[in-house]
Amino acid sequence: MSSSTDLGRPDPDPTVAPTRDGRPVSDRGDTVCVIGAGASGLTAVKNLREAGFGVDCYERETGVGGAWNWRHDRSPVYASTHLISSRPFTQFPDFPMPDDWPDYPHHAQLLSYFERYADHFDLRQHVWFGTEVVRVEPVEGDRWDVTTRSTGGYGPERTSRYAGVVLANGHNWSPKLPRYEGLEQFRGEVMHASSYKDPAQLRGKRVLVVGAGNTGCDIAVEAAQQASRCWHSTRRGYWYAPKYVLGRPADQVNDTLLALRVPLRVRQWLYHWTLRLTVGDLTRFGLPRPDHRVYETHPIANSQLVYYVGHGEISPVPDVARFGDRTVVLADGREIDPELVVFATGYLPRFEFLEGRVLGDADGSGRPRLWLNAFAAGHPTLAVVGLVQPDSGIFPISHWQSVLFARLLTLRATRPDRAAAFGQRVAAGLGERYSGRVKDSTRHWFEVGHADYLRALQRALRDLEDK
Amino acid sequence: MTAERVRVVRGWEWARPERPARREVVAAVPELDQAKPPLLFVPGFGHGAWAFAEHWLGHAAGRGFPAYALSLRGHGGSEPAPGATLRSYTHDVVQVAASLPRQAVLVGHGAGARVVAHALARYPARAAVLVAPVLGGWGTLGTALRRNPAGTVPAVFGAGLRLNRRQLFSRELPDADARRHLARLGRAGRRAQWQLLTGRQPEPAVGRPPVLVLGSPDDRVVPAAALTRAARRYASAPLLFPGMGHDLMLDARWREPVDAILDWLEKDPAPALG
Repeated sequence: MSSSTDLGRPDPDPTVAPTRDGRPVSDRGDTVCVIGAGASGLTAVKNLREAGFGVDCYERETGVGGAWNWRHDRSPVYASTHLISSRPFTQFPDFPMPDDWPDYPHHAQLLSYFERYADHFDLRQHVWFGTEVVRVEPVEGDRWDVTTRSTGGYGPERTSRYAGVVLANGHNWSPKLPRYEGLEQFRGEVMHASSYKDPAQLRGKRVLVVGAGNTGCDIAVEAAQQASRCWHSTRRGYWYAPKYVLGRPADQVNDTLLALRVPLRVRQWLYHWTLRLTVGDLTRFGLPRPDHRVYETHPIANSQLVYYVGHGEISPVPDVARFGDRTVVLADGREIDPELVVFATGYLPRFEFLEGRVLGDADGSGRPRLWLNAFAAGHPTLAVVGLVQPDSGIFPISHWQSVLFARLLTLRATRPDRAAAFGQRVAAGLGERYSGRVKDSTRHWFEVGHADYLRALQRALRDLEDK
Repeated sequence: MTAERVRVVRGWEWARPERPARREVVAAVPELDQAKPPLLFVPGFGHGAWAFAEHWLGHAAGRGFPAYALSLRGHGGSEPAPGATLRSYTHDVVQVAASLPRQAVLVGHGAGARVVAHALARYPARAAVLVAPVLGGWGTLGTALRRNPAGTVPAVFGAGLRLNRRQLFSRELPDADARRHLARLGRAGRRAQWQLLTGRQPEPAVGRPPVLVLGSPDDRVVPAAALTRAARRYASAPLLFPGMGHDLMLDARWREPVDAILDWLEKDPAPALG
């Protein structure tokens, strides 16, 4: 229950061969490096420790919780953020949330959940807070040189050599801002949803919200309550699913059908039918008709959006064509005059400390080519944890990804043949998708269906164990 | 317990989460935190947190272990739950374990050991201790029918299982104490009782917890052979305390088994293989 490798990071050991450019490297032996102490990083630390590995985790902030810690400058949460998927789908499978919490907990509850997780499993002692990762470089023997420094660039850089690396730096912190003609000379206020924190920012203003993701819909609803006018611009028509149907959280109803193995077509038909009975036909409000079937884009769960559209507090408008001096011209030629434009246009995953080709992204498109969204070809000691956009909770997925990686690392020592077979599986399965047909976009390339994805992961785990 | 394979997809459980129920948790925490793992005592069918509050909780706290005992729903001071299943009991245990400040040691007694075995698949316990474990199956029914037909036959038809003095305690325990304890016994849910016989065996434990099995060869609920079988599942041998009844935590010599458990934990047992 204790390990000799967690005595803290020693000073660089000059006896170890230096890096290519001559810097000293401290050899951390069999220790594994985890980048990020958010939800995915924490579960990676816990599962690697459980498998007997020493772990050094680097976190640029001073606390755990990553995106869910509203104190962090990269945190995307706003005052009213609640879960989109209900509790059973969102909690770690071996550390349930308290059963007296609501079906859809608030982000502050989620942060307290991660802090309790860290304390319960005594994870903080393995985390180097206030330390950011500058470079991650593969070296011979499938090992990794990780260069770190204090967050903000103070102090010297240090390089340590690790037996494995887990990338858990999150994908909801680097805002994606679309380009529009004339945006520079627009005189109104423009912000990305990442800087939206509190409904007071909207109070009394004429607000245009761009984007129909879950965040865009949340902000539109708050603008409906607070702003003097709210336009909601969407590129296409979407299915707005209520958070409760048939008296239960909607995702629990959906998974009842999945558990009954109802085929996709039938589920889509049932879903359309249920929406028609509850939400009704949205085109009568001026919303465009969805150009896709449900399950083909990331689900939007918002019971209030349609309510406020029906009350005239939200005016649905089409895509933005260009910006004028004080006006915004829409795709249908209409002109509106918002004072504040909020771009809820999402985030892009970024691994700025790693060369793109390591993750199979040689042309710099920003889309790594991985198997199970986690494993890169030719790098058996590297895993990306939490790079998924599931139609459900992400934390169980991160948990099982890190369990799989820990088993894989163990097998590299005990059964190298199985680990090698896994490597071939990775190379053969690069870019595999785990959802039905989805619309292509920067948001959807790593979209996964939670049941399909977890089934694939379960298969991979069993293949590792049985052969 | 390595026969079953890891299960990731649990559609039914996600779709039908267990309903919360008010739970009684009794705690005895040492005055000085000595960084020892917390113990969570899980009583068997009919018993409540009171069974451990009698001696073991205070004794464990006296030796520096934060000690907690819960009453499964429908037992002791917890919310009544006539429709409870083994799954609801497991849910109760995992909920309380996850609410403790640090990774807990699960100690299950009697059928509570079966509940703990299920909970081990849902929560990476620091370690587990099975005290006089009733792991279920038809053999359990056979023994109960032979030793206590009058108390067992009604249970087969849905009534509560009635345990008698000779099953639970040795002759050394003063009559007054035995009567007091017997009067506090409740009953488990009808469905849970059946599941103890017919339900699915526990899935493999997560997090490789070391497991200790202990009991008494003179136990009239769990025969010595069943103890050995239970210990073998976890690749060990049972620790035996001759001359004691099934309720080791209430019997006259309650101090010996609990000291053995605490000694074992102080030696910081290594994680199980696998």
